[in-house]
Amino acid sequence: MTAVADTPSKGLLSRPGASSGWTSWLTTVDHKKIGIMYFAAALIFFLVGGLEALLMRAQLSTANASVLSADAYNQLFTMHGLTMIFFAIMPMSAAFFNYLLPLMIGARDVAFPRLNALSLWVFIAAGIFLYSSWLFGGAPDTTWVNYAPVQEVGPDPAGLTLGGDHDQRMLFYSLGLQIAGIASLASAINLIVTVLNMRAPGLTFMRMPVFVWMSLVVQFLILFAMPVIGVALWQLMFDVGFDGNFFRVDAGGQPILWQHLFWLFGHPEVYILILPAFGIVSEILPTFARKPLFGYAAIVFSGIAIGFMGWGVWAHHMFTSGLGPVANAAFGLSTMFIAVPTGIKIFNWVGTMWGGRMRFSPPMLFAIGLVAMFTIGGLSGVTHAVVPSDAQQHDTYYVVAHFHYVLFGGAIFGLFAGVYYWFPKAFGKFLNDRLGKTHFWLQLIGFNLAFGPQHVLGLNGMPRRYYTYPSGMGWDMWNMVSTIGAFIIALSVLIFVVNLVKSVRSGEQADADPWDARTIEWLSASPPPPHNYDEVPVVTSRDEAWHRKYAGGGGEVPRPVPAGASADHAEHGEEHHGEHIHMPDPSYWPLILAAGLPLAAWGVVTGLWALSGIGLGIVLLSAFGWAMEPESEPEPHAESEHA
Amino acid sequence: MATDTESAAPGAGTNFGVPNEKMGMWAFLGSECLFFGAFISVYVLYLGGTGDGPGPAIFDIPFTSVSTFVLLMSSLAMVMALAAIQDGDMRRFRTWTLGTALMGLTFLSGQVYEYTVFVEEGMGLTTSAFSTAFFVLTSFHGVHVSIGVLMLGALWFMSFTGRIDTSQRSQTAVENIGLYWHFVDIIWILIFTVVYLIPVDLLT
Ligand SMILES: [Cu+2]
Repeated sequence: MTAVADTPSKGLLSRPGASSGWTSWLTTVDHKKIGIMYFAAALIFFLVGGLEALLMRAQLSTANASVLSADAYNQLFTMHGLTMIFFAIMPMSAAFFNYLLPLMIGARDVAFPRLNALSLWVFIAAGIFLYSSWLFGGAPDTTWVNYAPVQEVGPDPAGLTLGGDHDQRMLFYSLGLQIAGIASLASAINLIVTVLNMRAPGLTFMRMPVFVWMSLVVQFLILFAMPVIGVALWQLMFDVGFDGNFFRVDAGGQPILWQHLFWLFGHPEVYILILPAFGIVSEILPTFARKPLFGYAAIVFSGIAIGFMGWGVWAHHMFTSGLGPVANAAFGLSTMFIAVPTGIKIFNWVGTMWGGRMRFSPPMLFAIGLVAMFTIGGLSGVTHAVVPSDAQQHDTYYVVAHFHYVLFGGAIFGLFAGVYYWFPKAFGKFLNDRLGKTHFWLQLIGFNLAFGPQHVLGLNGMPRRYYTYPSGMGWDMWNMVSTIGAFIIALSVLIFVVNLVKSVRSGEQADADPWDARTIEWLSASPPPPHNYDEVPVVTSRDEAWHRKYAGGGGEVPRPVPAGASADHAEHGEEHHGEHIHMPDPSYWPLILAAGLPLAAWGVVTGLWALSGIGLGIVLLSAFGWAMEPESEPEPHAESEHA
Repeated sequence: MATDTESAAPGAGTNFGVPNEKMGMWAFLGSECLFFGAFISVYVLYLGGTGDGPGPAIFDIPFTSVSTFVLLMSSLAMVMALAAIQDGDMRRFRTWTLGTALMGLTFLSGQVYEYTVFVEEGMGLTTSAFSTAFFVLTSFHGVHVSIGVLMLGALWFMSFTGRIDTSQRSQTAVENIGLYWHFVDIIWILIFTVVYLIPVDLLT
């Protein structure tokens, strides 16, 4: 499959040849391997972020606890937020995009396979860089939203209790997220082109699975949101690293600018985090209710509407920053409006389940968990749209409860549902059903114990981001309950990890279509061959796989199509079965290029400009090597190879 | 596969009939619009934030007009380079590519010279919010021009190794880099208009 040409290429490095073993993973450009690696890395970051949460909950379990110092607590909750958002949920969504989109649209791979590998390695490099801050005297410590001017003076401007060079911590924040942003942006461009341009014959837009639709909306959100946070991050870098004045009042700067840029990115980011999960449950609910999705068009168009309206609500994060009554009223109203398309989705999911013959397998349990938990989070979100109410809730645990209900109760439940659902496709084996159900119920109970009480704590005035609190405030009991809940979540996640490891090794065998599902990825083998489909299916309807099984076949006879989903080989017929399909070859360059970025960033953090120069040199040189290397080597002549 | 599709029209077999590379470049440039849009907005926001330092009166419009003109002409050269490779004339392609890159370099040296003058006159990166916004906006544009120059240099070099030839794939690559170059050029027209040409009292 990945046969290397007899004649060496004219590139700077010879082509990597291995198609198995660990080096094949480092140089692979196969979207399925990349998707699995995205998941593995995101899961590790998820566990680390969870560990940080446990430490915080241990500190907060009782009043005046001394598990953590103020400085350690500040770093941990900042890193917890950054990790979960940028290094757990986003890349875990990316794992699904990568693995599923080409399969679901009937393509051989993504549009730019090497760029896809680059996205993976740059994301991992960004995570390593951000976490290396602990080797340099401290991690970012002024919250994931990192408002000015706290970002410039630090949480302890007088230097009374906290150690560490705060500017350096901010450089880790700025450059770490900047690098992660490059990964997201590259991946967004890649997937937009893939979905728009590489769909199988007959797969029109209104036949696309909802997951493909939601992923496409997310890629556009990333495409336009990442440059905005990028600008804010550069400004932060110039301010703390080079004495710039973007956010310095004494030099004419305006700290509020950070909030505007951050939330102009930040609210679309909310949908970047949740829409993939919405797409996943929209695939799972019809399969396990054994009914078509209720209101396909309504779900698709409400997703698109969210993609547009998400740009007009950012100041609901800033109601207490003094924007004035007119702006507050406008953003309050727009925020209430944006709840409508989300409500449409909820009703459609309930309509899908209504009267269905339900099977309560783990994917379905998690999907229903999302519908229920996200609804709670969505409703508490609407209370934030009411400006006077929000002024009371602002910066309290009520907000913490709200966004954990949408991000954990929504995004994480949805992503886990997807793992249980597509694991048999990716590995040809089921995840253990009993462990899966145990995981679900423990997680559901732990989650509600951990975050339900935080509504009460917040309404009782407990501020967020404080490392400790006095007793006698009426907060003690609910904090203890919350901590117990957090540890139950940890136990459930542990069961999940055990299940993953056990099932990869010795799970029950699954055939190509183990759930009796509806979309075309189930037409391919489990796991799919490197080229995905021997013959790219011709799509004649929504729920194509279902119609082939139950409505008398798929109409036209499938015709063979070569790599890249271009149709011009179709005539050759017989020649193009499986082993003759020529896939893009593996490459060293994505990995090498990605390694240059953190080197350059470490140079900025330490002031070792030579190191930055080396890092940038590696980036430029590998970009050149990349350009010199063809995407795939000329195919060795089939007759001599396969005689 | 590459050899088989060589003769096909660009974008054959895609859903939109546009080569993937070109669609990707358009998506990227869409993202860049937001990037420069945000920086230009911040600059306009900070026009009054000059502190004790100099304001927009420091700009030398005639000098920058000349370098702007050079950059504009480089876009013309880029068009000529693309036309040459489409005609299959590699010698002409090399000349125009090199010409485009050299005009880009001329623009960049103008920018460096301008910066040194401003610093001598008391406006550096750290002088005021206005100066920070100015230097960061224009230097990010400069970085984009530099990347363009590097890509043009790579095109020129690769035309000797055979990686860039008269094939459809090479033409698409040149067209893409041309798109990037024109975009960076248009962004400069916008920056030049907002930063240098429009009188400050119209913006504040
Ligand atoms: Cu928001």
